[in-house]
Order: sequence, then structure tokens, then C-alpha cells
Amino acid sequence: MNLLEFQGKELFKRAGIPVPRSQHALTPHDVAAFLEAQPGEWVVKAQVLMGGRGKAGKIKMAEGAAHGRSVAEEIMASPMPPNRQNPSGEPIKSLLVEERLEIDKEAYCAIAIDRAARRPVFIVSRFGGMDIEDVAEHHPESIVKFFVDTTIGYSPYIGRELAFRAGLDPGYRKTFPAIAGGLYDLFFRYGAKLVEINPLALTADGRVIASDAKVELDDDALFRHSEFEAWRSALPLDEDELLAAGAGVGIRNFRRFPGTVGTMANGAGLAMATMDAVANAGGAVADFLDVGGGANAQRVRNCYELVVNNTGAKVFFINIFGGITRGDEVARGIVDAMQQTASRKIPLVIRLTGTNEEEGRRILREAAMTPVETMDEGAREAVRLSREA
Amino acid sequence: MSIFIDKNSKVIVQGITGAEGSYHTDRMHRYGTNLVGGVTPGKGGQRTPQGLPVFDTVREAVDATGATHTCIFVPPPFAADALYEAYDAGITFAACITEGVPVHETLKVVGATPGMRIIGPNCPGLASPGKSLVGIMPGHVFKEGRVGVVSRSGTLTYEVVDLLTRAGLGQSTCVGVGGDPVIGTNFVECLREFKNDPQTEAVVLCGEIGGSDEEEAAAFIAQHMPDLPIVAFIGGRNAPPGKSLGHAGAIISGRFGTPESKIAAFEAAGVPVAGRPSEIPGLLAERLAAVATR
Repeated sequence: MNLLEFQGKELFKRAGIPVPRSQHALTPHDVAAFLEAQPGEWVVKAQVLMGGRGKAGKIKMAEGAAHGRSVAEEIMASPMPPNRQNPSGEPIKSLLVEERLEIDKEAYCAIAIDRAARRPVFIVSRFGGMDIEDVAEHHPESIVKFFVDTTIGYSPYIGRELAFRAGLDPGYRKTFPAIAGGLYDLFFRYGAKLVEINPLALTADGRVIASDAKVELDDDALFRHSEFEAWRSALPLDEDELLAAGAGVGIRNFRRFPGTVGTMANGAGLAMATMDAVANAGGAVADFLDVGGGANAQRVRNCYELVVNNTGAKVFFINIFGGITRGDEVARGIVDAMQQTASRKIPLVIRLTGTNEEEGRRILREAAMTPVETMDEGAREAVRLSREA
Repeated sequence: MSIFIDKNSKVIVQGITGAEGSYHTDRMHRYGTNLVGGVTPGKGGQRTPQGLPVFDTVREAVDATGATHTCIFVPPPFAADALYEAYDAGITFAACITEGVPVHETLKVVGATPGMRIIGPNCPGLASPGKSLVGIMPGHVFKEGRVGVVSRSGTLTYEVVDLLTRAGLGQSTCVGVGGDPVIGTNFVECLREFKNDPQTEAVVLCGEIGGSDEEEAAAFIAQHMPDLPIVAFIGGRNAPPGKSLGHAGAIISGRFGTPESKIAAFEAAGVPVAGRPSEIPGLLAERLAAVATR
């Protein structure tokens, strides 16, 4: 679960990391009311998960109630424009009104999980305020890392060493070890996969402040932190995620694409290979769908409806290799779906092998369906049918 | 030989009386795995339908049976605890099948249990055909032989093994390392074992998009095992960037973890990359034949 800036900063505050004075606002009216009581220059920032807010005109200065209201209305008038990773953009549901900082220097500080080292890794650079991947490209020497031994945890020398090695401005030195420690505490306390301060600002009056906050919590750890339930339920699921949840599969198990070959497989690896097989056969997939382990007849039925009712699929390629998932259960789900569905019917291409495959194939044959033998054969057949349809 | 597990490996199941645990205990038992018992706290003294003793603690199980290996089926909140308990009782090998373990708990466990080999979490386990199967892989697809298989995926591994078996290419050991962001054993560690295993004369490596495990494996192959016939496959070549497709690990972020980078790394290491799983047996047979005539 990715947190919005104001949520991340709430956690920063709890961990003792300095953040600008701010007020979360749901409407332009709230912004105006806050600025009425708070004279001076403020910054109004759209609360979205997408990057590139500044360039999109979604961060603006405001002074006074009337100006604040018009700026807020302007920001909320249109959603974040789409980019490659977010083809549908993102609606703006709230704003953060924040103290305007006189920023002198901008640094970068993050903790992520290093897969290869199997350790949390601090990443620090004296170049903040831009995408870390751009820093990696243009100033690779400026990026310093520290792999933390989890049996020891954080100790202030780590922060001191990072500050020196990264060549942070001397203005950072006094407070950086405590900020890094707060960040590590937050990282572990809440089970985060990524915590990032970008930029970590050094202000003209010598304060070190987290000017932005990016926190990604581990979905698998949310059961240990019931306090995030309200945030989780308020987070905007995208349409695919909502559809997946409705069908009873994981929210990451379903993605739609513009093609005409619907796909479903058990297991993410096989589902990705199924997409690849369709592409290899010259077709374009309508979706990625991992029906999950141990799928029963009901879930298979739900998945049929999910693909048929929500994608441009003209044919549906079902590719099951049974391990935990039993072939007879899948076959029953398919037959039930076809016999009872009120949705449109599209040609099915079914590849079913592994656990209880004979029983599964018998069920399909009795319902007058012919399973194919291999994944490649199934993909070819599905692509052929998608062109006829 | 084989890697990690063989006929003599004495295996217990943690969570042996649960729905998943009991179902797969039966399948492992029928496969011929040397199961010696299991653990479910509060059910000590019972016997499973296969006649295996159930213990309250791992320590009791180890004391009574001499078990060295464990297969973990407990729910996510208890998986790290189960691994600590196994480690403390002297278990040296653990396959953690559980999906959904908090990544910080995995981080701590792998750092705090030196000397215990952990496969997973969120993995299908492993099989040394004809000897032992630990986990949830379907036993009937395997055939004993000389090809080592290592994969990040579950069902895709069965697919690949099935293709190898049909092509007459039996396997030494097949390891599903798991799809989580942090796993106990990665590709390079499996390759190192395969390198030292006399039964393994070739390797199939099934990677996928995201992370850098494949690139690291390619570098290891180039340096340490350039002459072994190896074929790779990368799943998810047609996945769009920035989208997480199922596995926590399978996401292309920015310029890292792209299929192009992985394919280039393998090709630079002299490892052919199959365009589709069905090409793997043919490519491997070619590589084996080339070695035989050298």
C-alpha cells in the first residue's frame, strides 16, 4: 500500500522526523478557511500517488483565503494527466496546505529492501528534489548506500557515515543521524517496503525538514497494524483492482489490456508466460489473470465472468497446470459458468494438465468442450479464433 | 546425489494437521519422501492418517525422530516463528511454503538463522525426483535425471519440468525459490550447489521480470560455470512496465529488471534464452550434445 504525502508525513511526525507545518484539506473551502486564519505564503499540494505533480501544475503557491480557494479549485479541476505507468491518470481527492520553506539545499534519503543483500539499505545523495533514477544516471558517484545488519539495527554512526560519504552540506550534519534513525524506526515499526524523503530540505534558516514523504507499506504486514485500516479502505483502488477484489482474487492478480485474447492461468509465473505465448502466436491479450492457488469451481466461474464482462476478449484462453489447483475443480467451474452464465458466451480454449487432469478432461468432454494439449497449441488456437470472431 | 534433499533427508511438516499441511503431507508421503512426523501445537500424541507422529514442538519432533528438514505450512502470522523454532531445534533445512509473510519478518529470520538453509517463503518447495519431494509440486511430472531446474515461479516450473520429462530429460533437483521480495535462497546459491553436485550435468533457469536475480545468476555462470550446459527462460516479456502482475517480485520499475537487461546478461554469459518454454528442451539437448562431442 502506497501512502499519500500527508499520510507519510503523519508517520514521519510520529517517528520524530521534522516536517513542515501543514493542514490536510478535502475541499477548496477548507483551504480558504485555513488560510483565512493563517496569513502568509503557503503551498497547496495535490495529494496523489503519481509523481510529477509540480510539472503538472498540481503544486501552487497561495496567499490569503480568496487566492487559496481559487488555487485549490484550479488544482482540483482536472485529474493528474496520464503517463506511461498510469494510463488513466489519477483523480485529486484532497490537498495538503503547507508552510512555504525557503530551501537552500536539497538532499535525498531513503530506505529500501535490497533483494540481493537481504538487508535494508539506506540510499543517500546530496542531490535531492529529482527522481533518484535520474540522479543514478547523471551523478552515480553521488549515491551512497549502507546495508543495515538487522540483528543490530540502526545506530547513529550509520547516519554520520552516510552524511560524510554523501558529502551532505555541513548544515545537515547535526540532525541527519537522528532523522535517519527516525526513518529506520518507522521502516521497521510499520513494516514498510520503502520510505523516502525527497527532498530532505536544508532551509535558509538552517532547519532540516522532510519536504516530501513517500512510504510504501507491505500489504502482507497490514494485519499487524489495524491503525492503517481507515487509510487502506480510503485508498483509491483502480478499476482493475476493484474488479479483481469483486471476483475474489488478489488485487494484483488482474490487469486489463487492449487486445482480444482473454487469458487466465493459475500462478503469476504461468499467467505471465501465457501472455507471452499469446504474443508469440501473433495475438494481443485482453488481460492478465492469475486465478490463484487452490482455485475452486466458484472462483473459476467468477473469473470467467470477470474477463467476459470487462474486457474486449473475443476468445478466452484458460491455461491450468494443476499443483494445488485441481483440474476437476477448474473443469467444474468452467462447465458451471458456461451452463449458468447470463453473460455473453465467447469461444473457450482450455488447456488443463497436472493434478486430477483425467477427471477434469472427462468433465469438459461430457460438456462437449475439447481441451488442447499444450500452452503453445492453446495460444495458437486462441489467436486464430480471435481473428475469426 | 542431488541438492538440498535426498532419500535420507528426514523431513517433518510444521502445520501438519492444517488443511494445506495434511493434504500435501499425504501427497509427499505417497511420493516417497522420508517423512518422519509433524508438528501442530496442542495436537502432540496424535497420528496422521499416514501413521506419522504429531508433536507439540519442533524440539520434541527432532529429539524423537532425528529430523533435519522441515516443510512449513503455517499461516503467515506464524511463519517467522515457525522458522525460528526450527532453527533453535537444530533443523538445517526449511522450505517455507506459506504465502503472505511480512517482508520484514523474512528479513529478520534470514539474518538471524545462519547455517539453516531456507527456501522461500511463498514458494512451491523442491523435488529431487525418485528420492524426495518437499512442498507442493505435483510429483507425477518429474523424472529422475541430470538436469537441475531453478525457478522463481510455481506453476511455470511444473510446465517446464513436464516439457523436460516428455523430452526424456530427467531432473536432479528442481527448486522453486519463491516470488517474494526477500527469499532465503536465490538463483546464485542454487547454482553453486548444482555446480558441486555430480548428478547435475545441465541447468534450466526460469526467471522473470523484475529484480536483478537473473543478472546476478548470469554473472555467476560466466565466472564459475561457463562450461555447464545451461538454458534460461524469462517470463513476463510482454508485461507493461510499472505494473505489478501477481508476484510481489515481478514488477519492472524504471530502468531496472527489464526483460532486455536479463536476456542481454544471459547472452553475454553464453546462456541461450528460450523464447518460450517449449523451446527449452531442444536448446538444452543441443547444449548437451555440444558438450558431449567436445
